[in-house]
Formats: sequence, structure tokens, C-alpha cells
Amino acid sequence: MATDAVAVAPERSNGPTPRRRMSRQERQNLVTGLLFISPWIIGFLAFLVYPFYETIRLSFTKYNGIRDPEWIGLDNYRTMATDDLFWKVLFNTLYYTGLAVPVGVVAAMLMALCMNQNVREQPIYRAILYLPSIIPVFALSFVFLNLMDPTYGIVNRLMVDIGLPNINWFGDPAYGKIAFVILAQFGAGQAALIFLAGLKGIPQHLYEAASIDGAGNLRKFWNITLPMMTPIILYDLILGLSLGIQIFTQVVILTSPPGSPVNSNLMYVNYIYGLVFRDFRSGYASALALVLFLITVVLALVIFRWSRSWVNYETV
Amino acid sequence: MAKSLPLDTVQQPARNETARKANWRRFARKQIVPRLFLIPFVAFFLLPFYWMVAVAFKPIPELSIVPPTFFPSEWRWANFADATRVFPFWQYFQNTLVITFLTVLGAAISNPIIAYGFSRIEWPGRDKIFALVLATVFVPYPVLIVSLYDIYSRLDWVNTILPLVVPLFFGNAFWIFLMRQFFMRIPRELGEAARLDGASEIRILFQIILPQSYAAISVVCLFAALHAWNDFLGPYLYLQKEDSYTLAIGLTFFRSASQYDVQYNLLMAASALVVLPVVVLFLAFQRFFIEGVQVGSFK
Repeated sequence: MATDAVAVAPERSNGPTPRRRMSRQERQNLVTGLLFISPWIIGFLAFLVYPFYETIRLSFTKYNGIRDPEWIGLDNYRTMATDDLFWKVLFNTLYYTGLAVPVGVVAAMLMALCMNQNVREQPIYRAILYLPSIIPVFALSFVFLNLMDPTYGIVNRLMVDIGLPNINWFGDPAYGKIAFVILAQFGAGQAALIFLAGLKGIPQHLYEAASIDGAGNLRKFWNITLPMMTPIILYDLILGLSLGIQIFTQVVILTSPPGSPVNSNLMYVNYIYGLVFRDFRSGYASALALVLFLITVVLALVIFRWSRSWVNYETV
Repeated sequence: MAKSLPLDTVQQPARNETARKANWRRFARKQIVPRLFLIPFVAFFLLPFYWMVAVAFKPIPELSIVPPTFFPSEWRWANFADATRVFPFWQYFQNTLVITFLTVLGAAISNPIIAYGFSRIEWPGRDKIFALVLATVFVPYPVLIVSLYDIYSRLDWVNTILPLVVPLFFGNAFWIFLMRQFFMRIPRELGEAARLDGASEIRILFQIILPQSYAAISVVCLFAALHAWNDFLGPYLYLQKEDSYTLAIGLTFFRSASQYDVQYNLLMAASALVVLPVVVLFLAFQRFFIEGVQVGSFK
């Protein structure tokens, strides 16, 4: 596309001063281009840059949402260091994300492999696997409320039937986060479709060559499919990380009061929400929000760094 | 499969036997083995749907049977009517519909215009700014909720639908990306000819590019509709008066009304009514969803 532009430009500027005409054209394009993207610029400034700046500013204040914010320097950050609940929600959120994201990659890969099977009723399977990822999380959470109830839920009944213990998912502090991880897998259909596109993009001749060399299905998967999918896996890891730390709705619906028992299911965003609307500590909540952002960025950078050792950027 | 059989049967019964075995093995490998994995896997993903529907139909006494019944003893359709009566379902339905409609409108207007500026016009610095658009995806919305709530309450926007709708009129990184990908595939010459004839960019967009882009616009509209319909955090933050609730928040009524005695059949019936439009939308526009997700992924 860029070469087209170069090819077109000289043709039109046959005059003696091609440079000046180009730059005028460029300037005009710049103005038109900026005009077209101006809604985004306005939205970016109003709904992202300004609130972000406000978050930073408020994080240095004591603010209850009504009276004027009072400057307290780094106090909020000092409070955070000794706030046991902050460390707890941070642990809970990272524990959940750390489980949900890798499990999500495996689930998406399995689903994509299923979606890639050449059977006649495949469109039905594909629809069933994808559909849960577009139904609202709140609705799915309400279903889980009953589905995973230790007395009235079908999951526990099936588990007991096959000899597994009857787990009180949202009563036992150890299992709530696991239930959230399971719930998250119902959203893996989106990623699975992207994985499926990746699978279909792998050149068939690679598999044929491997077959001639006598490789089995497992080896083909390990040595061809997986390496070819690494860029997509990286993309899914980053996206999953960003979504995972935002977990909120499930906690509100599935645990009551949110985060119970003993805050074992309280997640970072739910804590922020409680601070703002129940405790009226918006200043402290802003500091927490900012830290959440920094954690996301740092973790994303760590994943990018780490990915250099396993992502395959060669194209065949 | 059966084509190679007749020749064998005529000539050698022994080879016929091996051929049949080979055929059978091929049939098992291609038709049976994949389904052995597929069917249980897919059933797992159907379970919540099935359970939602099954419980939605159960009469009240059946809810407290232990262990729970897998099939409702009676399919009680009246639960759905009851579910819309125990809380103001239709009021909330209407609220959700208004927000969804305005969200779709905003997305359908803003994203094509912005994406046009990022794809069909060459201007210095364009790709750097586009990288900035993509980078905004990394700012999780919850990071901004404290200050956004503060800003909206100073604007007197709390308890109105404005915080949920207005930002959508200024584009969304994912949808801009999606439209841009689509616009870049349209041959360059298409705009060039009109441009030489003196058509303005906005005319090129509306008269040449957009008529080619119904698929992409549909995808963005569908995703926008889902975004609004499925949103929980937004309405939870900004809509605190009961008559302004959306369905997402309305459903929590079942949870708060009686913490230990949730009327699960009505809750599931109401949930099913909320999920139904999504399922219908998906079945009607399946192709767009699937293409949209695949085009919209950054590669």
C-alpha cells in the first residue's frame, strides 16, 4: 500500500517544484486526517487522559468524594504497604489471574482443535463452544450460583456420584477462586476462534513433510502446531492478563457479602469499589487503582520479555 | 469408502476381509474418535445453558429436592411470566434497550469515521498515533472508575445513561482497529478516482467506502450491542436509582431480596430471558461474529 502512494505522487507532481507541492499536499492530508480522527482525540483526552491525570492527583490526597481533596503526599502509598487487605486482594487477584490465564490458553487451544475437526456437524459444535463467550458474565454467574450450590447444584451432585468430595465452592475459602477460574473458561470461545484462524493458517506442507518423516500426531502438534501458534498464544496471554485482573462481576454475584468468606474471594476491583462507595475513601482508592495499572504494565512487559525465548516469529 | 469394495469382493475373499477392516479403521479414526472427544467436551459447555433452562421450568417444591433432579418433573411455563412480575422486568428491559440502541448508534457513527482517518488518508505521524490507539487497550477500565465517577458526579451525569453512552460516540480501540483492517483491504483506486474528480474525503467515505463495508459495520454494531447488553460494571457504578436499573443490575434483586432463599426458578427464568436476545442475535448473525473476532485479533 505504501508503495502505491509513492508511485502515484510523482505522476501528479510534474511541475518544476515537486517538493513544495508535496508538502502542501501533506499538510492538507494532515489536517484532513486529524479532522477524521478528532472524535477519537477528544474521547482520548476526555475519557482517558483526564481521568488518568485525576487518578494520579487524587492518589496523593485524602478525599471522601464530597469535600475538597486534601493533599497528603505519599500517605496513601504508605498506608498500602501496611494494609493487610490490600495484600490479600492483590494475592487473590494474581492467584486467580495466574490460574485463569494459562488454563484459558489450554482451553482455547483444545476448543480450537475441536473446532478444527472435520466432521459434518462441526458448525453445531463451533456454535456451542463459542456461544458462552458472548452471553453476559452476570447471567453466567447467576447460573453458577445454582449450578455449583453444594446442596441443590447439579455439579456437586455429579461430583458426588463419581466419588469426588462435595465441595462448598463459595463457602470454603480454598475453592471460590477455583470456581471463578472454571467460570472464566466459558469465555474461552473468543480466544478459541482466534486460535482456530491460526490453526487454519499453518501451511499444510509442513504436516505432509512431517508425515513423510514418520512423525505421529502428537509430535506434529508439539513440533509444528505449537511453535506456529506461539504469536497467538502471546496475544492471548496479554489480553487474558488485562481481563483477568479486572475480575469484578462474578464476585459481586457469587459471593455475599462480596468477597466472602473472610475476604478469600475479594478481588482488587471489588476492594476499590468498596473503598469508594462504602468507606468513602476515594483518595486511597485512586492510589490502589494506579498501582493496579502499574502492576498490569509490569506484568505485560515481563511476559513480552519472557516471550522472546519462546515465540516463533518466522513465517514459512 | 465403499467404492473400493466391489472389486475386492469379486476377486479375493481374504483381501476383502482386510479391506473391510481397513475401511472400518479409517471410519473409526475419522468419524468416531473425534466425536468421542468432541461430544463430552461440547456437553460441558452446554451444561450451564441446560441447567439454566431446566431450573427455569421447575415448580417451587422441586427446587428443594436433594439431590437435585436433572429433568424438571413439570415444565412450568408460568415461571417466565412470574419472573417478569416479581421485579420490574419490562422497565429494566426498556432501560437496557435504550442504552444498547444509543451505544450501537455511537459506535456505528464514530468508528468508521475515525478508522477512515487511520487508513484511507496518508498523513505524517498517522501510524504512530494509531499505535497510541492500540496502546489504550492496556489501560484497564477499572483503573479509571474512581476518577470517572468523580468527574461524572460533578457533571451531574450519575443516575443518567450519559456515562454509559457518551464515551461510545468517540470510538473504541478494538472497533477502530477492526474497521481499519477492513478499509485497508478495499482497493486504493476506488477512492483515488473520486479524489481526482474533486470529491471530498467525507463524500468518499460515505458514498464509496461505506457502501462496501456493510459487513464490517454490522460486526461493529453487533459487538457494540453485546457490549451494552452484557455490561455490569458500568450500570452498577452509575445507575443507583432503582427506576434507572438495567437488566444486569435488576437481576441482583433476587440475590438481595432473600439471601438464603433465592427463588432460583424465577431467577433462572429471568436470566434466560436476558440471554435469549443474545442467542437469537448470534444465531442470526453467526458469520459476522466469527469473522469479526478473527479479523479483530491483532496479529
